[in-house]
Amino acid sequence: MSGHSTYEPKTPVTRWLDSRLPIIRLGYDSFIDYPTPRNLNYWWTFGAILSVCLVSQIITGVILVMHYNPSAAGAFASVEHIMRDVNYGWLIRYMHANGASMFFIAVYIHMLRGLYYGSYKAPREVLWILGCIIYLLMMATGFMGYVLPWGQMSFHGAVVITNLLGAFPIVGELITTLLWGGFAVDNPTLNRFFALHYLLPFMIAGVVVLHIWALHVAGQNNPMGVEPKSKADTVPFTPYATVKDAFGVSVFLILFAIFIFYMPNALGHADNYIPANPLVTPAHIVPEWYYLPFYAILRAVPDKLGGVLAMFGAIGVLFALPWLDTSKVRSMRYRPMAKMYFAILLVVCIILGFCGAKLPDDHVIPHLTTFRLIDADLNSFVWLSRFATLYYFGFFLVILPVLGLVEKPLPVPETIASPALSHPASAPDGAVAAPEMKG
Amino acid sequence: MADTAAGATTEPGQADPSRRDFIHIAAIAAGAGGAAALVWPFIDQMNPSADTLALASVEFDLTKVAEGQQVTIKWRGKPLFVRNRTQREIDAAVKDDGASLPDPQTDAQRHKDGKAQWMVLVGSCTHLGCVPTFGGGDYGGWFCPCHGSHYDTSGRIRKGPAPKNLVVPEYEFLSDTKVKIG
Repeated sequence: MSGHSTYEPKTPVTRWLDSRLPIIRLGYDSFIDYPTPRNLNYWWTFGAILSVCLVSQIITGVILVMHYNPSAAGAFASVEHIMRDVNYGWLIRYMHANGASMFFIAVYIHMLRGLYYGSYKAPREVLWILGCIIYLLMMATGFMGYVLPWGQMSFHGAVVITNLLGAFPIVGELITTLLWGGFAVDNPTLNRFFALHYLLPFMIAGVVVLHIWALHVAGQNNPMGVEPKSKADTVPFTPYATVKDAFGVSVFLILFAIFIFYMPNALGHADNYIPANPLVTPAHIVPEWYYLPFYAILRAVPDKLGGVLAMFGAIGVLFALPWLDTSKVRSMRYRPMAKMYFAILLVVCIILGFCGAKLPDDHVIPHLTTFRLIDADLNSFVWLSRFATLYYFGFFLVILPVLGLVEKPLPVPETIASPALSHPASAPDGAVAAPEMKG
Repeated sequence: MADTAAGATTEPGQADPSRRDFIHIAAIAAGAGGAAALVWPFIDQMNPSADTLALASVEFDLTKVAEGQQVTIKWRGKPLFVRNRTQREIDAAVKDDGASLPDPQTDAQRHKDGKAQWMVLVGSCTHLGCVPTFGGGDYGGWFCPCHGSHYDTSGRIRKGPAPKNLVVPEYEFLSDTKVKIG
């Protein structure tokens, strides 16, 4: 995609370096001269936002570690010490804790963007799979980070999640003991979670490099889902994408700042300000919001192993997505039926998240008990999660494969530039044919 | 021998192929064997350490528990329930020995002979490890609020997602009033 390099070192120092380590050339070809589809909308700015999130999490995390005590006896108190005694400790901890939420907001939008515009389709399958790996690593990192403050929710969340692996026949018990390093979640567990919580972000950074590498080989997808065919279809990354991303990041940082300064605990659970007590379980153990849909899928299945498999399957199915979607048209912009099912999927994911936060046997519609069918109370969150889970898997395993064969897509433009060039009157002011020629 | 050696020195490219293959296979096998042997220490270090294992048993004085009461102690990082059952609870448990149970066990298999009033249970739900509370649920035993598992007065799973009965740990009566758990 990027093709032949046009970088010319101008100073003696860059000329000297270029023939020894062409790192400036790499940066120039990747982030300045790199051709970007001219029609990218703001959904495409989340890649940049995610980079900012990762850097922010690593910097704040490294600082927090300098004040944190990774032991069952000292962890909770050291977090309080950070909050009360360390200069600006409250700010850095809130940046880190809320930063995790921001990271997941951005990654979910980024993933849904990819899903809607068919960014997983050929030739971007490896790019998509690398993204799924990053998401899995993020989930592992986020979970282990949540355990570190050693509050009630942290501790019992760790108990529940590590017990999930006990569902596997024969080896389950051995694996959980191996994970715990003892007979229960305890000091050794905290220590290893801490070590891994420090390690995994750097592995994420490594896979992000591969993700961006794959992106730059295949080139960016775009809202039309049509590959750029000529120079008229693209603009240089700098200044067009750079400035736009800078604006997107700024808006995102405002949202981030609102959380940090005005509602820093809105996304956390109050029980995590109670020190961990292995003898008492919180009445209702809930994970962080970004895991709630998967937690709902786990609880939707009335069997321990089945629930665990469904939960992992919900993420596993994403890896197979490039081969499940049979449509020849990439972007859902030209797929009226797919667009509708996608909208339902979006609602279903939100419903699942909502169900994950509720007690399974509670009524969805209060004071209504008429939805009884044989032995099942259909007016309960567990049944709502069951229907939603069914749709979630149905979308990927049935709807997408079948839809590609039966749906009649709208006509897809020949090139990215052609609609703008053939209807100049309908183009907004300033949408010139070749913006890279200006100035 | 002499021929082979002479051949090897004059024509290096024509060296005895079987001997070269053998060296490759032997080297790879030695490398793979060494790596495989090294994997185990890296995995086994995650298992419970010696000091954790050394503190694995506790003694408990049963006179602290009145009839109908339950005392929770910490054992191996988990809660342990020592319950002094009433006759009604024992009768209810025995009566259900024949019911259809997800994890079939008779009440007699879950306590020491002649000590039917003493239930010693690991207080960790066999679903996902939450701590069940006594007195809730549909069977008069324990109830796990997290995911809705109901246990009877013998600690057997009756309803809900948990697959197994509450675990009875290894324990023995040192005297009529003292048990050693673990």
